[in-house]
Amino acid sequence: MTYQLLQDKDRIFTNLYGHHPVTLEGAKQRGCWNGTKEILEQGRDWIIGEMKKSGLRGRGGAGFPTGLKWSFMPKEVGNRPHYLVVNADESEPGTCKDREMMRHDPHHLIEGCLIASFAMQAHACYIYIRGEYQYELSVMERAINEAYDAKLIGKDNVHGWDFDLYIHHGAGAYICGEETALLESLEGKKGQPRLKPPFPANAGLYGCPTTVNNVESIAVAPTILRRGADWFSQFGREGNAGTKVFSISGHVNAPCNVEEAMSIPLRTLIEQYAGGVRGGWDNLKAVIPGGSSVPLLPKEICDDVLMDFDALKEHRSGLGTAAVIVMDKSTDIVKAIARISYFYKHESCGQCTPCREGTGWMWRVLERMARGEAETSEIDDLLEVAGQVEGHTICALGDAAAWPVQGLIRHFRHEIEERIENYRSGKPVFVAAPVAAE
Amino acid sequence: MSVRRLAAEQPESFAFSKESEKKVKFWLNKYPEERRASAVIPLLWIAQKQDNWVSEPAMREIAARCDMPYIRVYEVATFYTMFNLAPTGKHLIQVCGTTPCWLRGADDLKAVCEKKIGRKGRDHVSDDGKLAWEEVECLGACANAPMVQISNTEGDLYYEDLTADALEQMIDDLAADKPVKAGPVSGRKASEPTQAKVSVLTDESLYDGSRAKPIKLPNTEPAEG
Repeated sequence: MTYQLLQDKDRIFTNLYGHHPVTLEGAKQRGCWNGTKEILEQGRDWIIGEMKKSGLRGRGGAGFPTGLKWSFMPKEVGNRPHYLVVNADESEPGTCKDREMMRHDPHHLIEGCLIASFAMQAHACYIYIRGEYQYELSVMERAINEAYDAKLIGKDNVHGWDFDLYIHHGAGAYICGEETALLESLEGKKGQPRLKPPFPANAGLYGCPTTVNNVESIAVAPTILRRGADWFSQFGREGNAGTKVFSISGHVNAPCNVEEAMSIPLRTLIEQYAGGVRGGWDNLKAVIPGGSSVPLLPKEICDDVLMDFDALKEHRSGLGTAAVIVMDKSTDIVKAIARISYFYKHESCGQCTPCREGTGWMWRVLERMARGEAETSEIDDLLEVAGQVEGHTICALGDAAAWPVQGLIRHFRHEIEERIENYRSGKPVFVAAPVAAE
Repeated sequence: MSVRRLAAEQPESFAFSKESEKKVKFWLNKYPEERRASAVIPLLWIAQKQDNWVSEPAMREIAARCDMPYIRVYEVATFYTMFNLAPTGKHLIQVCGTTPCWLRGADDLKAVCEKKIGRKGRDHVSDDGKLAWEEVECLGACANAPMVQISNTEGDLYYEDLTADALEQMIDDLAADKPVKAGPVSGRKASEPTQAKVSVLTDESLYDGSRAKPIKLPNTEPAEG
């Protein structure tokens, strides 16, 4: 069966590339803020029910059902106010989708913040943008001002739900993408994750009930409610519904961001939108399908794997943020993963010993292995240490640091062994296959 | 983790400029009165934008503004890597070196910086005080790799789809105080596909206003009467 590509009329982010005005007027012309009042008038149960029915799973990496997450907030507002916090600390290597949504389609996000806050009875929402996105921050500030001026948000707005929206920014810490580290950072502390429970829905920002959602999860909500849960859930396989913005980077002829349906075959995605793998499909070595923290997949799996949560999980990888990092045969795969290990060493917050010590240890060993300067038995040592880091830390950064290493050894153990042997016998350690002309 | 310490030499005092004070007020207004500590990162950033770095007296001043112990501000300033704890070049070139950029030639960009500016590190500034460079972790523009971010008083903009030659020209221009255009150098607007086999986001009906016409929400009860 050939795959039916997503049509323009079913794309949510219609200004993803910034070819049209970013202004409120431009956004309204494209359908933003259309029927928002009617949506709120349907009430919270309808909104949360539709979100559950749509099958939307969180777009920040973990894939937790968004509607369900919203329903965890207390039904009644007690003496503590409710908060919505949007996670725009996009830092997972390979991922660059939230940036495009914020700088080109900010009103999807702002409208989504209002609707989600209403559904969770929050009168205030903070959007936590990574510190490096200073330009995106300024675009968002401008768009929020427009929304205030048009009385779409703020006190006594036309929608009848008092709502304040604030932008906050970080200062270069990947760990602040973890929801509780983000909350710590927003409270003015170091970004070190909290132990759960209590979960943010009970005690989050300032100790108040809080929901933290990714930019994309919030930004798609208004369109889902306008067009219906059934419209959204028709895309993708069961349990993997909807459309999704994929970031394609690395060794493709034309890297890009593109919104497609979930469950699109990886090969179709790369060949239809990104100009194919550099040097042709047969020149493919491996793909990291969901941002740096998920295990890589060798070409044999990439040939027919589908891009969704369940299919990638079956192959012991994950959809993560749907950031596809392509590596062709010229890639020094050990070095590529060693660089990812360096990233995790650099970004570990230092709170838990297995991660603080383990990430540095894994990186140093991988750097030696990339040169072939290791013992073959160290491959198993590395695997064991990765297993000791995984699942033994407060947050998932430990897992995220272990998975790429485990994926490398699972699929390319022979290459590491060969390298060690070459080093010992004095041969060149890494010989890249010739790269076909572009 | 990275080890970060305050500079050995510190100024006597720090004061926010009039322009900065406006920004400080704007940011402090975003948080509940008793939660002023939330503004610590934005205030440190304002101080850095004003002085090019964050000094110890600035941290003390910010501690007072945010109503928090000085040691907590110190913790934050040393934890987050975007804060310069010592003076650096007028233009700080930050080369993304993480795997997606590395796959597309970040090493070539690093070599250019090394040739033009010298060793990496915010503390190593070119003789004229204009340039410094460092390698940073993923800046979140992977579909426009390789790329750099250049921080200066004008802002913190991204320069994308780079080649070694383009970066070399940029560094020359910065050294000569000529303006440098941000964004992709390849002629792309953003991260749109340039070799897609199908057209993407070209359907006119998305932009002709038909989406703005009144709609009936699906899955709702029909209105009574």
